[in-house]
Amino acid sequence: MHSLTLKEMAAGLRARKFSARELTQHYLRRIETFDGQINSFITVTAGQALAQAAAADEKLARAEGGPLTGIPLAQKDIFCTQGVKTSCGSRMLDNFIAPYDATIVRKLHHEAGMVMLGKCNMDEFAMGSSNETSWYGPVKNPWDLTRVPGGSSGGSVAAVAAGLAPVATASDTGGSIRQPAALTNLTGIKPTYGRVSRYGMIAFASSLDQAGVVARSAEDAAYVLQAMSGFDPLDSTSVDRPVDDLVAGLNRPIRGLRIGLPKEYFAAGLAPEVRARVMAAVGVFEQLGAVISEISLPNAPLSVPTYYVVAPAEASSNLARYDGVRYGYRAQGVKTLEELYKRSRGEGFGPEVQRRIMIGTYVLSHGYYDAYYLKAQKVRKLICEDFRRAFEQVDLVLGPTTTDVAFKLGAKTDDPVAMYLNDIYTIAANLAGIPAMSLPCGFVDGLPVGLQLMGNYFDEARLLNAAHQYQQATDFHKQMPQAFR
Amino acid sequence: MAYDASAWEAVIGLEVHCQLLTRSKIFSGAPTQYGAAPNTQADAVTLGLPGVLPVLNASALEMAVKFGLAIQAQIAERCVFARKHYFYPDLPKGYQISQYEQPIVAKGHLDIELADGSVKRIGITRAHLEEDAGKSLHEGFAGATGIDLNRAGTPLIEIVSEPDLRSPAEAVAYLKKLHQLVVYLGICDGNMQEGSFRCDANVSVRRRGDTRFGTRTETKNVNSFRFVEKAIEYEIQRQIDILESGGRVVQETRLFNPDTGETRAMRSKEEAMDYRYFPDPDLLPVVVGPAEIDRIRATMPELPEAKKQRFMTQYGLSKYDATVLTSEAALADYYEDVVRISGADAKLCANWVITDLLGALNKRGEDITASPVTAAMLAGLIARIADQTISGKLAKDVFEAMLAGEGTADEIIKAKGLVQITDEGAIRKAIEDVIAQNPRQLADYRAGKDKLFGFFVGQVMKATQGKANPELVNRLLKDRLAS
Repeated sequence: MHSLTLKEMAAGLRARKFSARELTQHYLRRIETFDGQINSFITVTAGQALAQAAAADEKLARAEGGPLTGIPLAQKDIFCTQGVKTSCGSRMLDNFIAPYDATIVRKLHHEAGMVMLGKCNMDEFAMGSSNETSWYGPVKNPWDLTRVPGGSSGGSVAAVAAGLAPVATASDTGGSIRQPAALTNLTGIKPTYGRVSRYGMIAFASSLDQAGVVARSAEDAAYVLQAMSGFDPLDSTSVDRPVDDLVAGLNRPIRGLRIGLPKEYFAAGLAPEVRARVMAAVGVFEQLGAVISEISLPNAPLSVPTYYVVAPAEASSNLARYDGVRYGYRAQGVKTLEELYKRSRGEGFGPEVQRRIMIGTYVLSHGYYDAYYLKAQKVRKLICEDFRRAFEQVDLVLGPTTTDVAFKLGAKTDDPVAMYLNDIYTIAANLAGIPAMSLPCGFVDGLPVGLQLMGNYFDEARLLNAAHQYQQATDFHKQMPQAFR
Repeated sequence: MAYDASAWEAVIGLEVHCQLLTRSKIFSGAPTQYGAAPNTQADAVTLGLPGVLPVLNASALEMAVKFGLAIQAQIAERCVFARKHYFYPDLPKGYQISQYEQPIVAKGHLDIELADGSVKRIGITRAHLEEDAGKSLHEGFAGATGIDLNRAGTPLIEIVSEPDLRSPAEAVAYLKKLHQLVVYLGICDGNMQEGSFRCDANVSVRRRGDTRFGTRTETKNVNSFRFVEKAIEYEIQRQIDILESGGRVVQETRLFNPDTGETRAMRSKEEAMDYRYFPDPDLLPVVVGPAEIDRIRATMPELPEAKKQRFMTQYGLSKYDATVLTSEAALADYYEDVVRISGADAKLCANWVITDLLGALNKRGEDITASPVTAAMLAGLIARIADQTISGKLAKDVFEAMLAGEGTADEIIKAKGLVQITDEGAIRKAIEDVIAQNPRQLADYRAGKDKLFGFFVGQVMKATQGKANPELVNRLLKDRLAS
């Protein structure tokens, strides 16, 4: 059952081959059986899932509902879910039961009729590239349990890669959908900034955060992203513009599609084996009729330093609300207000979050703002300009998602800069706000390699179309890790 | 003025926080009702829950634009919300959403009238939109502090004046003018006790003739016109005392104590916080185009100054009368209703409204909007004076009866039989009776005691229970006595 595509699942449900309840039970059993090995869930909402499945079955029996009715999904624990713990991977919110639903939670479960299996593990407040900063312990990569699944959406990708959920939500501030998708052989898409509502998604860096999907194919991702997308009056940065039909566009041929390879993405630092898999994929696209050319994104190398000013600055502000006063972790036995703040925040936040709050506070402080924050904003404009020029020449930009395959657990935990460089290829899309995705393009020593596609603003349909056409010609995305079949 | 104004000059600038009269909060749909049970006006956004986002209340923006137009300021075509960071339990997000580098309103002015009748223009540097914080309640929670977030997220405009004010009296005149304006515009209820209109005063002093400003202090939250005057007076004297004894004024934030009339240091410049302002990434820059500004301009009410001028020309009122009648929009409307409904002389109407009505309301401690005598009722009374149904003197009694709730002027006149006697024959008869009864006074009058004329008038009025038309009595009596 867990090797079916979402389309096949929907067909199975409509044909009464299995019920939503049976489908849900199947995944709940797999979680029960396998999650001890990978630690992909923080909370499993079995009771609620079965109730939602029952409601879906009633709808299906009346021939109502849509293409996602009754299909299970795992939510990244960054999305507020009413009545369910929403921890954001942090001790700070270990006791936080959200009193409201995020807009995407409402859309996926209340409107599209999907079944929520539970809440996925993640790096604390989405800060990390290995899922090792979570208060709930690291997530293991289903392809090799000694390796990281990537981050921050490590729980989401591990759950889907191991077949513990058919699809999962995720969020991407600097690569948190694409990098873990690449390391676990999944298809992950971060849409255009403003395409999916951020209301109810716990903020890390507001101008960069965007919700998306990790799935086992571009087609699966298209169904779920379609249901998540759209204008939300509760999010001032969401864009009031109709959503393209993402599914209908999948089967268009891509003959004549102009794909650019930025030379900066193939420079030193890229593992040769990864480069070889990506170039092989370029060959497939050529066979499909795409026109390949080399382009330049000259300011791309400035992405990481720019990001590590902007993102911590916004994070230091967004995380100021966690003060132990109204909700969340509160230190006990404090005598003064200052002590309440210092100890609640000192004990509630882990070291990586504290490091970023320190950096962010520093770059926004009086006398440093111009030199750091303002300058970073200027570089950010240059990076946007790079993409604007690129999309005058090409339709899509293609490159590797990561420099290498999944690394060993603990390998980079003592070296934050090495950890930050994981996102070297993914960050630019967040800074520019353009849509980007990662899809499987092969293996190196049994470990997945990801290919990144970036598109122009609101060009999700074109991205998914290209990815789907590639997946019609290849079967990397169909591979599952041996131990979880 | 306590200090020696010939040797010292005060330099004062005011920052006024004005709560906008929107139905919901500046960034969420939570209601803004004052005095509700603690934390009942706080939704997820107000509480700063994880994941919530602000959405700007369009009517708050519109009110800020209205204010900008009223002070002839520049309305920014593009304004930006910024986050101002500090930790305090009644500030739910750890930052206040405010405006910093690009406020909605800049470079306006307000004209105030000085004691000598001259007009002084006070610059307004800027006015920006921001959200109010909640309240910390330090009493009644046995060793803890209670937090009430009802007020958190209430829209404010912070109005910052130039340091153009030179005395406590000027500061109060400016503040009153500003207060009048925001209430007129309908953007603020002006209730200083409930904190709808709050003032911080920046004060420095310098020796007369100095062109440089002295070191200033900021006195926080002085919440009545009287306290503003007292706090500034105290602060000026305190700074002069320091300078005269050879000391230096420390730049600091001070707090006014209304019980002692003194200010005390709260925090110095060295302890000043670094607010780490940066543009709020959750809110896009706000663009207010010329068409939008025109639309808002069309909804502007007539402003106090324009109304005053119109009252002087249209109704022929004195500057004093026009100033009093236009002090509040509701009073001005009341007056205009009285004139329109009564069809009587505008000056007569002004006298009744200012002397009788406002006098009575003041005594009763009531506001014009709560007047027991409506404009239509007062107009009905004045109409009866104008058509000579009753005398002005009897009208006072009728007015008292109206205040007491005895009905309209016509009802009271009828019930009390107060209709004026204008029948010359009846008055002549009364005059004859009075003369017959007072031969001695008649003789004295004729011997040259002119003052006795008043005595005869009084006797005739008394004989007619005050109902005789006084002018007729005068004329007929004069004729009779002269014959």
